[in-house]
Amino acid sequence: MSSETKQILTTDGIPLEVSLKKAEKKNKIKAFLLVAPLLFFLIITYVFPIGDMLFRSVDDKMVTQMLPKTFKAMENWDGQELPDEEVFAAFHEDFIKLVEDKREGKLSTQLNYTKNGFKSIIKKLRRKSKSFEEGNYKEQIMSVHKRWADVEYWRAIQRRAPEFTGQKYLKGMDMYVNEEGKIVSVEEDRRIHRVLWLRTLEIAFFVTVFCFLMAYPIAHLLATLPMKYSNLLMICVLLPFWTSLLVRTASWMILLQQQGIVNDFFVGIGLVADDNRPEMMYNKTGSYVAMTQILLPFMVLPLYSVMKTISPSLMRAGKSLGGTPFVAFWKVYFPLTIPGIGAGCLLVFILAIGYYITPALVGGASGTLISNQIAFHMKSTLDWSFASAMGLMLLSGVLVIYWLYNKIVGIDNIKLG
Amino acid sequence: MASKKDFVKFDQVDKSYDGKVLVVKDLQLDIAEGEFITMLGPSGSGKTTCLMMLAGFETPTNGEIYLDGKAISSIPPHKRGIGMVFQNYALFPHMTVYENLAFPLRVRKIPKDEADKKIDKALSMVSLQGFAARMPGQLSGGQQQRVAVARSLVFDPQLVLMDEPLGALDKNLRESMQYEIKHIHESIGVTVVYVTHDQSEALTMSNRIAVFNDGKVQQLSSPDELYEKPVNSFVAEFIGENNTFGGEVSDISGGKCKVKLGNAEILANPISVKGKGERTTVSLRPERALINPSTEMDNLYKGKIEEVIYHGDHTRLRINLLGNPEFILKVPNSSSNLDIKLGNEINIGWNSDDARALDPK
Repeated sequence: MSSETKQILTTDGIPLEVSLKKAEKKNKIKAFLLVAPLLFFLIITYVFPIGDMLFRSVDDKMVTQMLPKTFKAMENWDGQELPDEEVFAAFHEDFIKLVEDKREGKLSTQLNYTKNGFKSIIKKLRRKSKSFEEGNYKEQIMSVHKRWADVEYWRAIQRRAPEFTGQKYLKGMDMYVNEEGKIVSVEEDRRIHRVLWLRTLEIAFFVTVFCFLMAYPIAHLLATLPMKYSNLLMICVLLPFWTSLLVRTASWMILLQQQGIVNDFFVGIGLVADDNRPEMMYNKTGSYVAMTQILLPFMVLPLYSVMKTISPSLMRAGKSLGGTPFVAFWKVYFPLTIPGIGAGCLLVFILAIGYYITPALVGGASGTLISNQIAFHMKSTLDWSFASAMGLMLLSGVLVIYWLYNKIVGIDNIKLG
Repeated sequence: MASKKDFVKFDQVDKSYDGKVLVVKDLQLDIAEGEFITMLGPSGSGKTTCLMMLAGFETPTNGEIYLDGKAISSIPPHKRGIGMVFQNYALFPHMTVYENLAFPLRVRKIPKDEADKKIDKALSMVSLQGFAARMPGQLSGGQQQRVAVARSLVFDPQLVLMDEPLGALDKNLRESMQYEIKHIHESIGVTVVYVTHDQSEALTMSNRIAVFNDGKVQQLSSPDELYEKPVNSFVAEFIGENNTFGGEVSDISGGKCKVKLGNAEILANPISVKGKGERTTVSLRPERALINPSTEMDNLYKGKIEEVIYHGDHTRLRINLLGNPEFILKVPNSSSNLDIKLGNEINIGWNSDDARALDPK
């Protein structure tokens, strides 16, 4: 024991280690208190909403709670033929209670998501149920509408029994669980989301490419011009940043519409005939043009910050060693700008993939993105759980891209400014 | 080796960036093959501009530059085949040492095995064998410097330009690199044009030095001549230490002149003065003046010691002499018998040949 290092005591006899920890603990608490407001703010505005969104996208309790007895009775039902009287009786009991609470409308909406045609038969059932006699509910309910005698509809109700469901995610990919419990795609003419996902990726990809092609020379100019001119150019690049997004999009509407300035100019120089003005808005072209312009600074700034650090003597060295200007650029300058390219492309792509206002205003039917569909379900159909599911799919898509980028280029190799 | 006297020729070259000020004025300069020539001057004197014109990154406003007899003003830099070492090395940070050296060989489409041999040779020349796989960021400043030198030589250029290549190194490393570059130059016989503002660097390394000031070459001669026989007061001031006396020529005859300074008269060697009454600055190297000279000297005056600074191998004295309170003397520390004490009056003498009467400052 004696060879162990002796415990050092402070003057009041407490081991130094203990009193040091005590002192540090105080500092830690102080430091935590300083960041606590931001932490709570982040939890309230970021972690909590995303958690809620995740929960909402799989939450299916509503129907479960509205029809508790029915689902209990259905536990013994094999789903092959129409359920027996016990289920009908339980459903009737649940339904009467819902009618008393005036909640049968919600049930019809929810069931209608699962299978079309529930709305009208529930309405009819409500009317007829007032004159129902006690006993033999199966016969009475089936007599209300022929769909109530269709086993498909009962299966649809049964599918809503679990408290949690992944069907919103399937719906987001134009798939559903069919009667046999298999995951299948919907009929070809009803697939809307896959097209939207692909279009979102396509537009985001090309907007990134266009931004890169335009931003690279601008950033190079910014990094090499004398301060006097580069400041002015920088202001030109940043000016759109300070202008409202809505104003910029609206000005693109003025420019691009069929009777707009760009078309007038084309007609004026004789490029197109007056009666054959091209449509540059309310289609993909509009989305491309407006989004590229709006997202351009996000590409220029990371590129600029990287190019600023590249010494001009490197290009000179490349040339003096015998490389043509192109070789010197391609072998020396370009590889050194890759961190900026990576940062800019990642930034623009991620922003473009979730872009909403601009495609909504200038995209028309063929230029809208998945985010517009999400907004549609938030505001019009009020199917928030579906909107949440698509939002999360978008979010995980972004995370996958981030992960891929990290694998291929490495996230340390990124320079945002 | 039959070397050409005018391997590189600047012929009446002018350069102006803004059309108002000439940064290089009527430059006439011949550089012989195999020579190590240094362009020395304060910043803004036009020396780097000259180098950039030679490398092809700037074009002369007037005049022409010839390389091996060919006018090169219209040849782009990558076709000139001139090696260059940059101030901050300009190594490609994303390439290994090997790739850096391979760059000039690859663009010349030299087969890989031959290129490997050249790279090995160049790396051993700067004693960096075994460093081929390193990235430039993993090397010290001195090592990066050597890689830059090796890279500028690997493709066997006839001419290598060096733009203050040692400026970023610390003093000891700088000195050892000076010798190293000098030895490389001697062993491979390449023509080197070296730009620096450090005179000791210029004096140790060069065959000839071109002193630049104000866009003009003030003097072009060998290091010893430059130091011993400056042709004007700028060169005398710029190179080494210098004592000056400002005065007026009172008499000139027989290769000597008398210069009147206030109430005294000294004898001097008329370099750029022609007649009586001209203003002049007399320049005298500190080591040319002796205390209590044992031999006969035609200038001998009394001065008062104002300051004594011990420098290890020698002691510096600041003396108030003939109305110049900044007269510097260097006394070797072996001479112990001298009466060097603050405030003492001592005799100081020098030969009139060493006191050069130059243009007035």
